[in-house]
Amino acid sequence: MSYTGWILLTASLVGLSCGLMGVFLILRRMAMMADAISHSVLIGIVSAYLITRELSGWHMMVGGIIAGLLTAVLVQWFNSRGVQQDASIGVVFTTLFAIGVIMIATQVGNAHLDVKHALMGEITFVPWDLIQLPGFGAIPEATLILMIVLIIVVVAILAFYKEWKITSFDPLLAASIGIPVALMHYLFMSLISITTVAAFDAVGAIMVVAMLITPAAAAYLWTDRLSIMLVLSGTFGVISAIGGYYIAVLLDTSISGSMAFATGIVFMISFLCSPKHGVLAQRFRTAKM
Amino acid sequence: MNILLSHNAQWVIVSTLILGMASGMMGCLSYWKRQSLMSDALSHAALPGVVIGFALMGVKSLPVMMAGAAISAIIAAFLIHWIRSSTRIKEDTAMGIILSVFFGFGIMLLTMVNRMPGGNQSGLDSFIFGQAASMVRKDVYTMLILAVLVILVLFIGFKEWKIFLFDPDFAKGLGLSGRIMNGIYLTVLVLVIITGIQVVGVILMSALLIIPAVSARYWTQSFKWMVVLSGLFGGGAGLIGTIISTMGNGWPTGPFIIVTSSALFVISLVFGIQKGILIQALQLRTQRKAHVSSSQSNLTQGGE
Amino acid sequence: MTVLTVNDLTASYRKNKVLNDVSFNVEPGSLTSIVGPNGAGKSTLLKVMLELHPKLSGEVSFFGSTLNKMKTRVGYVPQRGSVDWDFPTDALDVVLMGLYGRIGWLKWPKREHREKAMDSLEKMGMADYAGRQISQLSGGQQQRVFLARALVQEADLYFMDEPLAGVDAATEQAIMTILNELRMKGKTVMVVHHDLQTVEDYFDHVLLLNRTVVAHGITKEVFTKDNVYQTYGGTLRYMMGAST
Repeated sequence: MSYTGWILLTASLVGLSCGLMGVFLILRRMAMMADAISHSVLIGIVSAYLITRELSGWHMMVGGIIAGLLTAVLVQWFNSRGVQQDASIGVVFTTLFAIGVIMIATQVGNAHLDVKHALMGEITFVPWDLIQLPGFGAIPEATLILMIVLIIVVVAILAFYKEWKITSFDPLLAASIGIPVALMHYLFMSLISITTVAAFDAVGAIMVVAMLITPAAAAYLWTDRLSIMLVLSGTFGVISAIGGYYIAVLLDTSISGSMAFATGIVFMISFLCSPKHGVLAQRFRTAKM
Repeated sequence: MNILLSHNAQWVIVSTLILGMASGMMGCLSYWKRQSLMSDALSHAALPGVVIGFALMGVKSLPVMMAGAAISAIIAAFLIHWIRSSTRIKEDTAMGIILSVFFGFGIMLLTMVNRMPGGNQSGLDSFIFGQAASMVRKDVYTMLILAVLVILVLFIGFKEWKIFLFDPDFAKGLGLSGRIMNGIYLTVLVLVIITGIQVVGVILMSALLIIPAVSARYWTQSFKWMVVLSGLFGGGAGLIGTIISTMGNGWPTGPFIIVTSSALFVISLVFGIQKGILIQALQLRTQRKAHVSSSQSNLTQGGE
Repeated sequence: MTVLTVNDLTASYRKNKVLNDVSFNVEPGSLTSIVGPNGAGKSTLLKVMLELHPKLSGEVSFFGSTLNKMKTRVGYVPQRGSVDWDFPTDALDVVLMGLYGRIGWLKWPKREHREKAMDSLEKMGMADYAGRQISQLSGGQQQRVFLARALVQEADLYFMDEPLAGVDAATEQAIMTILNELRMKGKTVMVVHHDLQTVEDYFDHVLLLNRTVVAHGITKEVFTKDNVYQTYGGTLRYMMGAST
């Protein structure tokens, strides 16, 4: 596949996985948890590097998942100790991120890890890091990881659709009929971490947050059905990924920044023009009345 | 410790100290407005303004860049409010959208500006991670003035802030316009943010506001003391963090300030006399004990 | 044989003790209202019994066994305000959620489940609204959907948190009809209730609660001025208005 082809495929995979997970994320009112996790995976990735001394996708994945879960657990715990939910998110992720930055500055030296890369990603490097997949040929490692992550995400959503739906909508009822609410929460958080880490390596933290939250929010303005919202959100994610790439090429600028920006355009269009919940439609309706 | 004595380092220490105090105090207002993460969204959203400010002038002009940051952050605040109030999208989602899209836009612009002649030397990157150590005296003056202003606004209107935060309806009854108070609150918050991002960067800025306030909560029930303590914790973290960061070569100031602040938080969490872990464990034990003894002798007790 | 036995139940919320030595038994086929002032621990009592909120001490037994073993026989209707009605789903889907526990892991709802949910909506007079997005239902209609969801669980013991709060008169009647039907079938229902005026008409048993049980028993015997006064303390005159 061509260089551009790999980049588009990789970015689309990010858009799709994040778009799907994002739907449950915003319905569970955990949008800012995504922001938190996307920052705190840094410490997991740095720790993995310091322990193994190599920059392998799999080690970083494990480190990132642990860091993501640690964030979720700590936020929950501080919250149960009387810290407001959003304040406790703010305390946890900034602390972990700061420790991550310090570890890079004091331990890693000027190795291949730098914070800027982690934050903004280097999707342009993705097609160079090829591995051989038997029976398929050469494929960039990041792309392969993202494919596997997408499969995990889709399988998990199919398997736990009704559990995540009921625990998102009515956790009290869910608990009363014996659905393990806490377990489903942490399972969900693990998946968010997996998605974040996989995407993080390729496209950086900013784009992950944008991709997790914005397409899902846009989809939420178009439909009243959860299943359709999932399909729409995934589609918006892919559209933003591809659109963002071409904006970046056109303006010769950061690809991940442009992709984040593109999610904003998709949202803005939905916000203004959606027939159900768009601002213009609302104005029109009140004008008619 | 030699570096500590250098003239520039002293300026840096003084400014992180006073910045820490100002943001710690301001953070109490955010905490009680239940808007801790709003500061995170606004500081990320300040980035495009900084870059546009630079691009307009073509050189690094701090006042213009700060004005750009302020405008950008205020637009972001307005958009968050608009999205939240005109659709069914909740506030946290609206903040996440604005935060990531503005930041992405900022990175786009930054990459473009960095390609401009002279753009690479602009030190724009330092707005992402902060660069206290490279501050010159003039930057420090600007910061000092802003920080003092923030503290003054808090002091002068202390009574009003208190009513506004705890009982907005009552405040309205007293003739305090919610709109004006909100406007002042947002202005001061944005001032703190655009001052702070030069030191700790847009990513960690919110920590300066959030962590001291949360820590102070563990020591007192009084709003006044919470503001005072939070200011002390913030200032202390700024001071100690900066000193630590001067001990190593190339150690980043911002993250050390935040980690120091977090250390104070953990201490407060464990030992705090209001809701600390130790004190609560003791209380729970006495509660259980009291319960056991009372259930043997006690009959029903209606009413409060 | 009692349906529900509560022994010395104590629980705290934040720092305050909200339930203190609560003990009572509930007989099968009874319709009990839980009545008490704000902050008396009514909702907390339901949550603690259902293990949705931790207890400090005490025991609760369901049908002479533990909640875990009897989960399918116990139904719960949370307060209407406890969920986000903007959630992207329709009325039928919400009712279907009542069956999620029974459908089991990794399985999707089948047509029989859908039919059951539809029957239940019909019983509440909501069949025409099955496909309606839930935020577009009135408060009374939303409450009926919640009731339909409870019915579909086919439990033997129901806990309902303020099902009559903020609903229209027609919904109130529809809900009371259903509750009486449930009682006729030998089911047991406990309802957190806020309207002192209707206690005597609607419920055969009453549990007066203010952090602890003030009185519990047959409404006619227990719902006396003295007991109510003791439950509400000084706020009673205000609550009862002209009738005192």
